Amino acid sequence: MRPTPTVASIAAGLLLAGMAQAQTPVLTVYAYDSFVSEWGPGPAIRAGFEAGCGCSVNMLGMGDGAALLARLRLEGERSPADVVIGLDTNLTAAAAATGLFAPHGVTAALDLPVAWDDPLFLPYDWGLFAFVHDRTLLPAPPQGFAELADSQLRIIIQDPRSSTPGLGLLLWVKSVHGDGAGEMWRRLAPRVVTVTPGWSEAYGLFLNGEADMVLSYTTSPAYHRIAEDDDSKAYAPFREGHLMQVEVAARLARAPNPDLAQAFLAYLVGPEAQAVIPTTNWMYPAVMPDGGLPEGFGAPPAAGAALFLAPDAAAAMRDPALAEWLAALSR
Amino acid sequence: MAAGAATGRDAAGFRRAGGAAAAAVAAFVLGPLAMVGLAAQGAVAGLQPGDGAALRFTLAQAAASAAASVALAVPLARALARRRFAGRAALVTLLGAPFLLPSVIAVMALLAVFGRGGAVNAALAAAGLGPMSIYGPHGVVIAHVFFNLPLATRLILQGWQAIPAERFRLAATLGFGPAEVARHLERPMLREVVPGALATIFLVCLSSFAVALILGGGPRATTLELAIYQAFRFDFDLGRAALLAALQLGLCAAALALVWAVALPAGFGAGLDRPAGRWDAGGVFLRVQDALVIAAAAAFLLGPLAAVLAAGLPHLAGLPPQVWTAALRSAAVAVAAAVLTAVLALAIATGRARGGARWAEAAGMLPIAVSPMVLGTGLFVIVFPLADPAALALAVTAAVNAALALPFALRALLPAVAEAEAGHGRLATSLGIGGLARLRLVILPRVRRPLGFATGLAAAFAAGDLGVIVLFAGGDAATLPLELFRLMGAYRMEAASGAAVLLLALAFGLFAVFDRGGRLGAAD
Repeated sequence: MRPTPTVASIAAGLLLAGMAQAQTPVLTVYAYDSFVSEWGPGPAIRAGFEAGCGCSVNMLGMGDGAALLARLRLEGERSPADVVIGLDTNLTAAAAATGLFAPHGVTAALDLPVAWDDPLFLPYDWGLFAFVHDRTLLPAPPQGFAELADSQLRIIIQDPRSSTPGLGLLLWVKSVHGDGAGEMWRRLAPRVVTVTPGWSEAYGLFLNGEADMVLSYTTSPAYHRIAEDDDSKAYAPFREGHLMQVEVAARLARAPNPDLAQAFLAYLVGPEAQAVIPTTNWMYPAVMPDGGLPEGFGAPPAAGAALFLAPDAAAAMRDPALAEWLAALSR
Repeated sequence: MAAGAATGRDAAGFRRAGGAAAAAVAAFVLGPLAMVGLAAQGAVAGLQPGDGAALRFTLAQAAASAAASVALAVPLARALARRRFAGRAALVTLLGAPFLLPSVIAVMALLAVFGRGGAVNAALAAAGLGPMSIYGPHGVVIAHVFFNLPLATRLILQGWQAIPAERFRLAATLGFGPAEVARHLERPMLREVVPGALATIFLVCLSSFAVALILGGGPRATTLELAIYQAFRFDFDLGRAALLAALQLGLCAAALALVWAVALPAGFGAGLDRPAGRWDAGGVFLRVQDALVIAAAAAFLLGPLAAVLAAGLPHLAGLPPQVWTAALRSAAVAVAAAVLTAVLALAIATGRARGGARWAEAAGMLPIAVSPMVLGTGLFVIVFPLADPAALALAVTAAVNAALALPFALRALLPAVAEAEAGHGRLATSLGIGGLARLRLVILPRVRRPLGFATGLAAAFAAGDLGVIVLFAGGDAATLPLELFRLMGAYRMEAASGAAVLLLALAFGLFAVFDRGGRLGAAD
């Protein structure tokens, strides 16, 4: 079919618009959707960086971390992205294997509970998976997986095949219980009300009273305290510790604007951006801002409570752990 | 002789237009699937051990859901067909609402009524009875009946309305009671309509994912679509995703072939398009029975919607402005999808009615069983080298939803167009009415009702769709479902419930406008 005159003129228009913008470089940033949204850190970080870079930032949101990586793999070396924000340590082994990323080249004094020396992936925030409950309804929550399994409580979790926190819980149980993880899931299975495709459905159902506890983050209660002035939500500290999720950003090896990309990554772990993170992304900042965490946010648990699973270990663990999970919960 | 040649040319023109539309739809569905397979770069993956279980569960839940939906829809459609009461037209439209809901909202709505903290369990507790759990295979069926009972009812109700009024008049003069009317008029009609309705709902349920997982209570409710999701996100195994999607389409083709083998045309002939009087249904018992059926269905279908409204209305006024802007964007996408569906469905249906090949109809039914994930990804693979996907996000959303609505549009339009052609086509031909004039004078006035229904569906689907827009990353041009999703992802569940009311109002409002538009002046 011949392109109609309308299509041709639109194409020409787009081309002209593109040429007009060529004077100011455009930095293309891929992030997960809740980062980009009006309520996430995206808008403030974009505006803050644009104020000093002499460039404009085109920030695109796509699903979650796993969707981001799938998108980059589909696009391959033709990807127009300069920077990607929102992979995590459960994905970085697969991400590094694609060869699509370049060393970030940023040195920052990171405040993580673990030492960090990954040349490709730069942490911008971190969190700990935890079960969240309502303190007024559940004053004495279980303090570990075994206690949870022996309780009469009802929990909602996310499917590891489609959800980042769901995968986090899978690896949390596996890293704590090792060969006994399958048995632990068999014991936990009666406690599971249902499994949702993503975090949002699970958390929404929990707030509607569908379960006593939901898998989320230690930082989730901070949202309710700060944004809703509601102190009733809390997380249950587990004796065995909480699996850590480190969220990272990276620069694409074929980034059209490599220098700007590096400057953006430096800005991302700088004081302005890091100060925005806690009350927009509801995670702990990778570099503690000078003023510390906002009032009501709650300090991170002691460093000993954070279980870190190295990317290679996470990658090796997930397939056998998923098989155990499926076997236990499909019965 | 000259007139005969002109008629032949006219029919061939309709067949060509129908064939072109059907070929475009087939390419739109199969092209992306092939592209996903090709993007796997030769790595031909086999099925995994869990896929057999996913296939069995998918088939079983779809079959059970279809059977339950149609079994309940027959008495409901019969009650609606033979009763006239104030607000009936509004109720028929309103009962269609659950089918239009985005799945996230529908799940929340159902659980607000049937969930652990829902109204049903509150009532059971008040009556001193133990709690009822919705989670499990029965929950999947209840949810799918909630979704699909409206569709089944509409398809079967259209069958009742297609029985010419003269037949009921004749039945009355022959002294037929309800049993004779059922035997001579209703059962032949059902014999024609029910297999199609069963197949349609079976196919809708084939690509269920979130609803099945949540109501099914966990991974024992793993469907093929979830396996596809896993292949993409967890394993990034494009070959396996394409294979599973091809399996879904194969099931679709098999189900359609089965329907064509068993469904028989009822052959009522043409009437004079007058409203049907029902002299057989005046008994008190039947009146009470119909009233109970309609009341029970209304409670089941509208109760969860009322829960959505109750939760969200207080937060509607406080919605941020970008949510309202997104609603306007979604409305524009919806209208575009509706127009596209109308054009495609009319082209295919008129082509078939003028002797076009059956493959055109089959091609038009294909989108019903396509995996949204594979379709979206495949389109992305096609678009990405050619254009900025973000710039095309809204256009692709409209096109995909027009395609997804097409099978329902065809189910509604094919019989209506065939009736119009069979009843009035020869007269039109003898008068030399062809081409667009024939469409305008002969076909459109007789298919307004199904056409309104079909375009309304397409509009509602497009307004509520959250598949393509995420894959294509619309940047700042978010649609209403995307804003709703973002609110939920940012802990703002209350604002999200307000946005859910807006989305419900938008999807249902668009549907109602098109649907009622189709019924305006129709004999009802």
